[in-house]
Amino acid sequence: MVGIVIVSHSNKIAEGIVELCSQMAHKDQKIAAAGGTEDGRIGTDAVKILNAIKKADDGDGVLILVDMGSAIMSAEFAIDLLDNDLGKKVVIADAPIVEGSITAVVQASIGSSLKEIACDVKESKNIEKI
Amino acid sequence: MLTSDLLIEILKNITKVIETNKQYLCDIDAAIGDGDHGFNMNKGFKAVAEKLDVVKDSDCGTILKTTAMTLISTVGGAAGPLYGTAFLKAAKVVDGKKDLDNEDIVKMFDEGIKGVIMRGKAEQGEKTMLDALIPAFEEIKRALDSGSSSPEAFIRATKAAHDGVEYTKTIRATKGRASYLGDRSIGHQDAGATSSYLIIKTISDTINK
Ligand SMILES: Nc1ncnc2c1ncn2[C@@H]1O[C@H](COP(=O)(O)OP(=O)(O)O)[C@@H](O)[C@H]1O
Ligand SMILES: [Mg+2]
Repeated sequence: MVGIVIVSHSNKIAEGIVELCSQMAHKDQKIAAAGGTEDGRIGTDAVKILNAIKKADDGDGVLILVDMGSAIMSAEFAIDLLDNDLGKKVVIADAPIVEGSITAVVQASIGSSLKEIACDVKESKNIEKI
Repeated sequence: MLTSDLLIEILKNITKVIETNKQYLCDIDAAIGDGDHGFNMNKGFKAVAEKLDVVKDSDCGTILKTTAMTLISTVGGAAGPLYGTAFLKAAKVVDGKKDLDNEDIVKMFDEGIKGVIMRGKAEQGEKTMLDALIPAFEEIKRALDSGSSSPEAFIRATKAAHDGVEYTKTIRATKGRASYLGDRSIGHQDAGATSSYLIIKTISDTINK
């Protein structure tokens, strides 16, 4: 199953999204939060993200959902630090973090591939709310 | 000539200068960002300084790589992955070397800036650290090409970086957090460009001592 990593500047947002998504997840699904810095500040940390990717991977690859700015740069840095085999199987989603995460978790739980999920979550950009 | 000992001294001095300017950098960032740049940089370089004792007898590549890896896990803001990438790319150029010549210095700087561009996908004129770094680098190349010594080249680079910071006051941010402000970012200098200027000035002051 494709693993999911949630990267936010805020640890509370990352943990909160994991909590929200877990309601719709398969019991064996791996969803990891990588929010904030190691010492609890607002920010992002490439090493923390790297560890979350390793935790979320079970061989089928990992999709990363990010909030903004340095979250994207730190996530890219983390991918660069991975060895090539896993590095090739990690994708950053081009999607809003909350809607995208829910779509990703549901799609992953029914066994969609990384490529399919990355494509589906992009659609969540277009969700109309009103 | 830049030795690994001098590199350690430069990094220690950068730590001191960033600490001294912590509040100043935060105030600049507060005007058009979230006000944490000085705090982030101070966290990062404090952590770097703690690691320097461990690598003080290593080659320049190891010292710079340690700096990079420490910055990415301690800075927290955009400056973390950006400076982290710059130091990591510079480290690759001087892997295994203890003594660096002018050619190495130019290559390090060049790769470091390319790293910032790769990571942040910005170019000159978007009100980022690149507006200090690129003119400084071009000045170093010009100075060395015309036969100046590296200490002289860095004095000229410091001036160019300073001009670059001034230039950021005149332009609108299109990258980073300040881009959310659009035209309202005009009139304020960029925090990252200011820290880049301070870093270049510190390199210059250290090698000219
Ligand atoms: N895409 C980018 N490319 C180059 N530099 C950038 C980019 N985004 C931000 N910066 C630099 O980072 C600085 C802000 O750093 P910092 O305050 O640590 O990050 P954050 O915006 O995450 O709080 C900006 O002043 C700017 O110079
Ligand atoms: Mg900031």
